Amino acid sequence: MDAYINLFIKAAFVENLALTFFLGMCTFLAVSKRVETAVGLGLAVIAVQFVTVPVNYLIYQYLLKDGALAWAGLPDIDLSFLGLVSYIGVIAALVQILEMTLDRHFPKLYNALGIFLPLITVNCAILGGSLFMVERQYDFGQSVVFGLGSGFGWALALIALAGIREKLRYSDVPDGLQGLGITFIIVGLMSLGFMGFSGIQL
Amino acid sequence: MTDVRKVLIEPIVDNNPVTLQVLGICSALAVTTSLLPALLMCIALTSVAAMSGAAISGIRNRIPNNIRIIVQMTIIASFVIVVDQMLKAYAFETSKQLSVFVGLIITNCIILGRAEAFAMKNGVGMSFLDGLGNGLGYSAVLIAVATSRELFGAGTLFGYEILPLASNGGWYEANGLMLLPPSAFFIIGLLIWAVRSARPKQVERPEYQIHEVHRTEVL
Repeated sequence: MDAYINLFIKAAFVENLALTFFLGMCTFLAVSKRVETAVGLGLAVIAVQFVTVPVNYLIYQYLLKDGALAWAGLPDIDLSFLGLVSYIGVIAALVQILEMTLDRHFPKLYNALGIFLPLITVNCAILGGSLFMVERQYDFGQSVVFGLGSGFGWALALIALAGIREKLRYSDVPDGLQGLGITFIIVGLMSLGFMGFSGIQL
Repeated sequence: MTDVRKVLIEPIVDNNPVTLQVLGICSALAVTTSLLPALLMCIALTSVAAMSGAAISGIRNRIPNNIRIIVQMTIIASFVIVVDQMLKAYAFETSKQLSVFVGLIITNCIILGRAEAFAMKNGVGMSFLDGLGNGLGYSAVLIAVATSRELFGAGTLFGYEILPLASNGGWYEANGLMLLPPSAFFIIGLLIWAVRSARPKQVERPEYQIHEVHRTEVL
């Protein structure tokens, strides 16, 4: 249990996908103008990340890995080069399914998330999560926790940035830095702050 | 001829995908701690952008409109797999350093953005050049960031010593912050400031202004 909590904290704070690996930056910068939309997108990312990382783990483990098809009587086949296409396919399909389920059973949440759900397909934090899971050789339990933790960390960073940017509207920023430039500087400072978490272990 | 020049040169400064259109920043920040991986990443991204632009443009009239995103993604993913396998075969050490970021070219918004905005409407040759131009614009930013980070963070370029480090008996005290994630944000922020000061047309209007007349209108 300790190991899982540790992994969660590591994925959410120490190795925050947005602030230390720069993943999902495009959406991170584009959707952080208002706190409300940031909360919506953050929740959607947590949900998608929580589902896609374990599903991609199962696909990698039982279909793509070297010798993974042994259960089908084909022990010599290595399909790992197909990884990228399969993961992005799984992500696109899952986002679509999630969208339809939400639309059917939770219309309120669906309306709140709106346009952001389909955009998550091209969010590199999601694909990055799956690729890290493969690279670091997590097992099933770890990949569930990692998916949840990394999604949570990304959402947290997004909401924090949106809060700062709402306040920033009233400050007098130099012309060239207006908008994108000052946002980068703020994200840099946030990233410095998150570096303070490094080394934390339970 | 002017068209070709426009499509190829414009994305490098005037309409740069990273500093102006805010596309594809993820990898621009992550692989820039040293110059060699950054350069390989530029080559990988530029070739994927050019080839996928040409391929998507080639079949643009046959792609049904409502499933076009998934078709584009599949084409892009196939090119990325080719590039990934090539890097693993010929530059294994550096491809280990790039880790997941070669795979993440798939979700790099420059490529999908250009496919959607340009390749779906223009011919094969022009789409190839547009991909090339945007790849070069991205490369310009990446190389500028990587050069400053490696030079000031480790005193080297491509691993060769340029500024002798104090720890090795030289005079330069290495700035460790340059090798850490926050510096990438600061450098891109400053780069955007520099580009926009040189090209005032790119300055964004503030949503809310304290003075009724903006400074640029007075000057």
